[in-house]
Amino acid sequence: MKNFKGDLHIHSCLSPCAELEMSPLTIVKKCLEKGLDFIALCDHNSAENTGAVLRAGARLGLHVFPGIEINSMEEIHSLAIFDNEEQAVRMQQIIYEHLHGMNSPGIFGEQVIVNEIDEVEGFNERMLIGSTQLNIDVIVSEVHRLGGISIACHVDRPSYSIIGQLGFIPPDLELDAVELSWRGKREAFPGGIKVLKGLPIVTSSDAHSPEDIGRACTSFFIKSPCVNEIRMALQEKSGRRTVIN
Amino acid sequence: MKVRDIQSEFNLELAAGSRGLDRDVSDGYCGDLLSDVIANAGSGAIWLTIQSHQNIVAVAALKDLAAIVLVNGHRPDDGTRAKAEEEGIPLLLSSESSYRLAGKLFCAGIDLTAV
Repeated sequence: MKNFKGDLHIHSCLSPCAELEMSPLTIVKKCLEKGLDFIALCDHNSAENTGAVLRAGARLGLHVFPGIEINSMEEIHSLAIFDNEEQAVRMQQIIYEHLHGMNSPGIFGEQVIVNEIDEVEGFNERMLIGSTQLNIDVIVSEVHRLGGISIACHVDRPSYSIIGQLGFIPPDLELDAVELSWRGKREAFPGGIKVLKGLPIVTSSDAHSPEDIGRACTSFFIKSPCVNEIRMALQEKSGRRTVIN
Repeated sequence: MKVRDIQSEFNLELAAGSRGLDRDVSDGYCGDLLSDVIANAGSGAIWLTIQSHQNIVAVAALKDLAAIVLVNGHRPDDGTRAKAEEEGIPLLLSSESSYRLAGKLFCAGIDLTAV
């Protein structure tokens, strides 16, 4: 097994709340500078920049998983992480069918679609920051059906977290892991870590600007960066494991 | 005042939990963040929310709430209905907003906190 440093939650300039500097080349270079071996690109409710960041990463030597940070109807954020762009685009299709409203760039920010050499290709006009009409149970099962992994975001935070929105993690929800935010502390939970129901824990940067990259990551002891290996590491199967940094 | 009285007075549709219609209502609460409801709702409260996930029934049971009203036309899924039925907690539906329905309930005298 090799120790891969992974950050499963990074935004690009497609997310209205992210800095415009979060272009494919900037993201990839900054990640390599910080010693990351792989990342997942997870913009809000869209995978439209994943292809560009994947290709920029492939050229410069960073493995990039295509992902989406999905906002459920309960306003719970969760990551959907896939092996290939087709799976992410299929998930995006389901999201777009259940996402209403148009973005107001002046209020929420621009949603810039770029290519792998940082050229602007267009602007996404949907209200990506909004919530979908999909409930969290449906989201987790659709992500699994498409072969991805589903991680509840920043569960230590009061906003947009499964514990904040639903009070506790529903016992029959088949999440693959929960994410602690970069400033998250395991001991910070009222009622202790048992509120996480024994789910595997990862930590990630949730980077919205280049300076955020590297502020948190997770070590995956796996053979190669792929969804199946990550799933095994989360479940501590066949010698795979994770360590949160 | 009983849940049953409020249901008929305000024309609320009963989605599940008819067993609990004779519960006493002594307070009210509005909230869509379940962590906030757990922290702040008082027992015996009728709870107005747009959150329809089945966790609402567990929260209502935990806090001994009198009933749940899904406002703004939100509908419960089968899982939420089944839980409410199982716990005997009335799950009522309203097309009005939390603000409007809470205003009417307040005027009807459900305001023990102000006594």
